[in-house]
Amino acid sequence: MNSVCNSQIGNMSRMGSGRSRVQLRSLSLGVASLALVGALAGCERPPVETKQDGYRGTGMAQVINPRIDAVKAVKNDVPAPIPPAPSEGPLASSVYKNIEVLKDLNVAQFTRVMLAITQWVAPPDQSCNYCHAADMASDERYTKVVARRMLQMVRHINSDWKDHVGKTGVTCYTCHRGNAVPQYVWFTNPGESAETGLIAGNAGKNKPSSGVGLSSLPYDPFTEYLLGDRNIRVISTTALPDSDHSSIQHTDATYALMMSISQSLGVNCDYCHNSRSFAVWDASTPKRTTAWYGIRMVRNLNNAYMVPLTSTFPNHRLGILGDVAKVNCATCHQGLFKPLYGESMAKDYPELQGEVHHEAPAETAPATPPPTASLKVAAN
Amino acid sequence: MAEYQNIFTRVQIRAPAYPGVALPSGAWVRQGKGSFFHLLGRFGDAQIGPVYLGTAGLLSLICGFVAFEIIGLNMFASVHWNPIQFVRQLPWLALEPPSPQNGLHFPRLQDGGWWLMAGFFLTASVLLWWLRMYRRARALKMGTHVAWAFLAAIWLMLVLGIIRPVLMGSFGEAVPFGIFPHLDWVAAFSIRYGNLFYNPFHCLSIAFLYGSTLLFAMHGGTILAVSRLGGDRELEQIVDRGTAAERAALFWRWTMGFNATMESIHRWAWWFAVLCPLVGGIGILLTGTVVDNWYLWAVKHHVAPIYPQVFPTVIDPATLTGAPK
Repeated sequence: MNSVCNSQIGNMSRMGSGRSRVQLRSLSLGVASLALVGALAGCERPPVETKQDGYRGTGMAQVINPRIDAVKAVKNDVPAPIPPAPSEGPLASSVYKNIEVLKDLNVAQFTRVMLAITQWVAPPDQSCNYCHAADMASDERYTKVVARRMLQMVRHINSDWKDHVGKTGVTCYTCHRGNAVPQYVWFTNPGESAETGLIAGNAGKNKPSSGVGLSSLPYDPFTEYLLGDRNIRVISTTALPDSDHSSIQHTDATYALMMSISQSLGVNCDYCHNSRSFAVWDASTPKRTTAWYGIRMVRNLNNAYMVPLTSTFPNHRLGILGDVAKVNCATCHQGLFKPLYGESMAKDYPELQGEVHHEAPAETAPATPPPTASLKVAAN
Repeated sequence: MAEYQNIFTRVQIRAPAYPGVALPSGAWVRQGKGSFFHLLGRFGDAQIGPVYLGTAGLLSLICGFVAFEIIGLNMFASVHWNPIQFVRQLPWLALEPPSPQNGLHFPRLQDGGWWLMAGFFLTASVLLWWLRMYRRARALKMGTHVAWAFLAAIWLMLVLGIIRPVLMGSFGEAVPFGIFPHLDWVAAFSIRYGNLFYNPFHCLSIAFLYGSTLLFAMHGGTILAVSRLGGDRELEQIVDRGTAAERAALFWRWTMGFNATMESIHRWAWWFAVLCPLVGGIGILLTGTVVDNWYLWAVKHHVAPIYPQVFPTVIDPATLTGAPK
């Protein structure tokens, strides 16, 4: 101390006396721990499990939080199947009037499907009446018209989109889970009404949005990618600048779509991609192919099934722009890499596997050709 | 003696406030007499003031204030002037650059014009502050090392905000003003250009960044550790090595095999700090202008290792015949 202070002019003020020192210390400790709690408030409580699924050192791993999984497991219990219907008997279409889709089912099978829909979709207090008027054959209620189209959609998915749903298939329950309207649907989000005059616009982003993982990325990547068919690929395919002029804003939109998929499936980027190169296919996992077909499937369902129903729905079922509720990954997946942990309900419902009557959907639907290719056929 | 064993400052020297060396004629006067704040003294010098503002300083503050207001008021307007939402959503709010279709034209105010103006005033403010820093160093007959280090950081900012966007022909390539938005921009930028981790200048920049913190910890730790032996008098020990310098040198020779000197450590630290944004700026400047996909570039030049295939072969479904669009 002497060597330091003797040469200095003036007095030296030491830290405050004992009491104030203790007070100050506990105050700063309190502030520090509050700040720590605040900073960690958005985090999941450890420990988490990590499963490596790529080559060592590449960081290809899935993070599993057993506590969050336990909550998900309860939500994704599969209801017990209704006992199968006998395959003999008169066709429902010969007994009931106004049957357009389930023509190939006998009365027992038909009734079984109706029963299942009542359990899976109709509000319990309304039951059959949710869709049917006093005259069961009448199309008076819009819900019946929608349900008919949805049955066609389920059969279309199960027979034409095997590239995505595989042998697992889907049922009404995959999306509805006992709700008249599936919990996860989306409407076009125009953002808040634009400020008038000279105020800067927000470029469709910079709002905390749960659909894109609470990031500041574009809050509605769905309209352009899952209704429209905007090119998702923004990463250059050549090392040096060539013809790819994808902008950062385009990248933001794709990034937002990918975040929504990640969130809908409860997985990391590297569930499908190799993080060293998101673009390169031969470094990706095979799940990326499934997801690729999934995106095309969702586009197809929105354009061929949902949009044509717009005028069928009453206004209170439509979005603020008057658009129909639409499908994205979350609609079926609901936070899981495979809906209902990959449990196949469809295998217990051969009625939903029936053939699809490819009648032309409403005129507004752009026809997306159903996938006929299998992975074995390479183009070049 | 125990004072120097504590990681926080426990000593405060109080003397009459020192106004500084005499100013050359024609300069502004220093305002205020200077005063002491005990709490500040715990971290640094307790003396605040007198303050020298100067022309460059005053203009810099005005420009900085204009930029701050343009950004802040646009953010405030984006939540319909709701103060509660402004605070809640502040991390998400931003002032966005013009859309990519705009190219390099001066856009309408609401379509990025405000962003361009904020960028102009912010740049002016930073450059004027640099000038002030340079002039103040000169006025004190100091070297201008700090100003040049600051300029390295300004270089990176200008590359991101104006130089690279101009070379790319679009202001839309630049960074939005905003907390989360600028972070999401960084991620999107890396994604668009094929993973910036394969950009060698990015690698160098990270090495200098981490190297700077390492050197800072090593140097700060060493000086604190030998202060009880007079090591805090670094300047004297540069030319007149005492036992503190000898012990510090010996310590590093023993633990690391090699040591800096009381003088050279400061050159190491300065260069590491300066090179971090300097090479980082070069890396950004080359992205999109010279290299469009850093991963493919790294594969081409055998920088990226090839790992054994662990997944079944995956083919781009879009290349299959008859695949949906």
